[in-house]
Amino acid sequence: MFAQRNKNQTKLDRITAAARAEIDRWIAKYPPERKSSAVMAALRIVQDQNGGHLSHELIEAVAEYLDMETIAVYEVATFYSMYELAPVGKYKICVCTNISCMLCGSDQIVQHLEAKLGIKLGQTRRDGKFTLKEVECLGACVNAPMLQIGNDYYEKLTPASIDKILAGLK
Amino acid sequence: MTDLLNIEINGVRLQVKPGTMVIEAADDAGFVIPRFCYHKKLSIAANCRMCLVDVEKAAKPVPACATPVTEGMKVYTKSVKAIEAQKSVMEFLLINHPLDCPICDQGGECELQDIAMGFGKDASRFRETKRVVREKYLGPLISTDMTRCIHCTRCVRFGREIAGVMELGAPGRGEHMAIETYMESAVGSELSGNVIDLCPVGALTSKPYRYTGRPWENTAATAISPHDCVGSNLKVEVRRNQVMRVLPHENEAINEVWLADRDRYSYTGLHTADRLQQPMIKQGETWREVDWETALTYASEGMRRVIASHGAAQLGALSNPNATLEEFYLLQKLVRGLGSHNIDHRLRQLDFSDQAHAPVYPHLGQSIAALEELQAGLLIGAYPRKDQPLINHRLRKAAKRGAKISAVNTIDYDVNFTLTNTVVTHPFDMPLHLAAIAKVLAEQTGKTPPAAVQTLLAAAKVEELHRQIATQLTQAERSTVLIGTQALAQPNLAVLRNLANVIADLSNSSLGYLPEGANAAGAWLAGAVPHRTTAGRTVPAAGKSALQMLDTSCKALVLWNVEPEYDCADPATAMTALQAAEFVVALTPFVTDTMRGYADVILPISPFAETSGTFVNVEGRWQSFTASVKSLAESRPGWKVLRVLGNFFKLDGFEYLSSEEVRSEIDTLTVGIIPQTRSEVQAPSNTPQRPSLLRIGHVPIYAVDNLVRRAQPLQQSNDALQAMVAMNAHTADKLGVRHATQVRVSQAGQSVTLPLYIEASVADDCAVIPAGVVGSERLGTGYGSIDVKAV
Ligand code: SF4
Ligand code: FES
Ligand code: FES
Repeated sequence: MFAQRNKNQTKLDRITAAARAEIDRWIAKYPPERKSSAVMAALRIVQDQNGGHLSHELIEAVAEYLDMETIAVYEVATFYSMYELAPVGKYKICVCTNISCMLCGSDQIVQHLEAKLGIKLGQTRRDGKFTLKEVECLGACVNAPMLQIGNDYYEKLTPASIDKILAGLK
Repeated sequence: MTDLLNIEINGVRLQVKPGTMVIEAADDAGFVIPRFCYHKKLSIAANCRMCLVDVEKAAKPVPACATPVTEGMKVYTKSVKAIEAQKSVMEFLLINHPLDCPICDQGGECELQDIAMGFGKDASRFRETKRVVREKYLGPLISTDMTRCIHCTRCVRFGREIAGVMELGAPGRGEHMAIETYMESAVGSELSGNVIDLCPVGALTSKPYRYTGRPWENTAATAISPHDCVGSNLKVEVRRNQVMRVLPHENEAINEVWLADRDRYSYTGLHTADRLQQPMIKQGETWREVDWETALTYASEGMRRVIASHGAAQLGALSNPNATLEEFYLLQKLVRGLGSHNIDHRLRQLDFSDQAHAPVYPHLGQSIAALEELQAGLLIGAYPRKDQPLINHRLRKAAKRGAKISAVNTIDYDVNFTLTNTVVTHPFDMPLHLAAIAKVLAEQTGKTPPAAVQTLLAAAKVEELHRQIATQLTQAERSTVLIGTQALAQPNLAVLRNLANVIADLSNSSLGYLPEGANAAGAWLAGAVPHRTTAGRTVPAAGKSALQMLDTSCKALVLWNVEPEYDCADPATAMTALQAAEFVVALTPFVTDTMRGYADVILPISPFAETSGTFVNVEGRWQSFTASVKSLAESRPGWKVLRVLGNFFKLDGFEYLSSEEVRSEIDTLTVGIIPQTRSEVQAPSNTPQRPSLLRIGHVPIYAVDNLVRRAQPLQQSNDALQAMVAMNAHTADKLGVRHATQVRVSQAGQSVTLPLYIEASVADDCAVIPAGVVGSERLGTGYGSIDVKAV
């Protein structure tokens, strides 16, 4: 009966007014009873507000704002590789290790990246410059193996091409 | 029947309804298709692919669970193509499975193990590393071994679709996907244990049962749940005369395939240190263990003595509402045989003023299954989600289909479906709201409400909310008004009942009751009420109600499975009465220090699973059961004890040889009883005074009876409320008390210090202080004036 005890306190104030206005724009695109459809946009917006990663507080706030169960929002936040649950480096290197890329040698790509950067998959370098992340298929299988940094795809990777890419990241 | 489709499965011609999935058609026709994610009570996910079958003209095998039948379809479930597909899926599923069956509780009843026997290879071709998933904490009821999970998502769908709260989810993706709750919070649903049955592998298993047995060592007996009026069917699994665990026994008309956690785990309370093993008598100040002969002689002599010196009217018997039909019957037969009508099972009831007009027994007014078909409903003082979880499940199904269900309650309960309208109000203002609804109904229908309630209706102020509730009821073809467990405990029950009657009459709705306990219906039928004997026959002069027996201190009291400090409406008065009584006989499976304080004889009777008998559920269904195990030590089935006690008093008609014989006697007496819930409307004679602060003695789900209160796993779960005070901010301000502070609570000359929480969900000028829990057992009536002060 008192499950509401935790709900008594609203978490909405964790989302800035500006972010809320932007989420509202997305909510408006869907029928009112389907406002949970805005969850991906909402997570992206609060992630940006928070400097690039999501916190549990923000996930809970989004759940409250969109009238969803927290675990359902958390599912979305952990499914898509563009959401981060911890602070990330300046450059987030997302390497695909899914089937096509694996068959085309993503293991070697990962090994090379790890050696070059001195971090393992899932880690962020101490200087905060790089995060290395394993992701699932990004839809560029034709040119596997591949990786993504920011909004750019880098395809048909070889250790040499990786060196070049890394050299270009200041 | 032209709209049936003709299909063929494995060469057998079948006619099936359009929209049927291949797997359902196959199940009905007896063809076994392996499956993991499909479950007949859950939505279709089609994510495991185990059910692939071969369909003629289809290029690839198709999932039988997600492929609807079409005219002329030919399905082969055992063709080379089908078997090959099924074997391949099996191999994939086993890639990451730990194959730790020897140490897995699911071993022997595991769908994966069974299907792997049929479709798996004997050796693995997988040379890579297997994934390992950390165990997740889900609370005291469910163990996890998440490495075994095959991601069928049955448990996730269960939460969303059946429990009504999505607690388990599947965060992560691909190989990293894992079933868990958000931040490892314990699952809180009152139906949570069902995921154990649903999980096809050993990922989710019962925590209390963990590592204690193997399914093939257990024998199963069927039984009926002893905790609520649903009468859920149980499979009690037994090994070496010990109850090992309790599982649902499928009964589509009652519990379907489900079980509430209370029914599933209460058996853990059976073997506690305070189980009484031997009859005991008090001599002077010391207790002595004696044999039955001595104890029964002592008991009967003591009762005779009181009757001889004070008259039979000084003898009273109180029973909890979970006794069997046979026990109720024999208990009332004994008491009446000794010349008294003082017998009652309505321990928490406060208002008996219109009991003469109560229905022959509290009936749901419809079948449990019919609740699903409702289009509208009004709940009065009811919290079925925690009081009768599987009734709530049916109401929720109706609501999901569009039924408009509203409530008039004193707490804005945490309901797991959307209530169309909710009135949250002071218990003593509930009549005003009900009268307002009735008033609208009278206007809408043009019918004249009974004269007896006309003043009430005239005084009612109609608001939009009342109009809406009334309209919902009149517009629906099938609607119901349900009087809940809380309403039955309120001191203004009579007026609530009469107004509920009026509302049901005017809106052409059925009227139903949700009484406390497993066998309230049986109690009324058997005659365990002071004003009516077996089959509802009125007695010339009514005996004392439960409350009166304690208020006026009967000189000899028989307690049938009662712990008055937790089970009675007014523990303070109950304790005083018991101290003052000359002779107290307590029949109970459990002995407490408090009991040793007031009783003179304590007799060990068999609890749930150790006795045979009958429960009559809220739809009037008689369900008999046998003992699953032998009674512990010297404890004996209640009906036998009463039978022998009858002999000690030399009463006629106590010669039964079995509980079945008792049942058939009651059967004959109650032939032709029709459970009519409507009664003639009376003018309310009893309007309690409104105090400045009223206690709401809510009884939490795991405080309802002495067995549940001893079930440790349930007591550790989130629903086990502790003693505390909850009130809304407005009330707290008036009293000058603050959230999360200790307050002094005084009632009936007793004071206790309890923590206070601000709860927006509580009505004004009320303080929820749970009853039936440690910490509030010295206070007075569940719904009485109470004093709360800051300390
Ligand atoms: S825990 Fe069991 S029920 Fe839940 S997804 Fe895994 S295998 Fe299925
Ligand atoms: S598998 Fe790597 S992009 Fe598709
Ligand atoms: S049972 Fe059909 S896909 Fe799982």
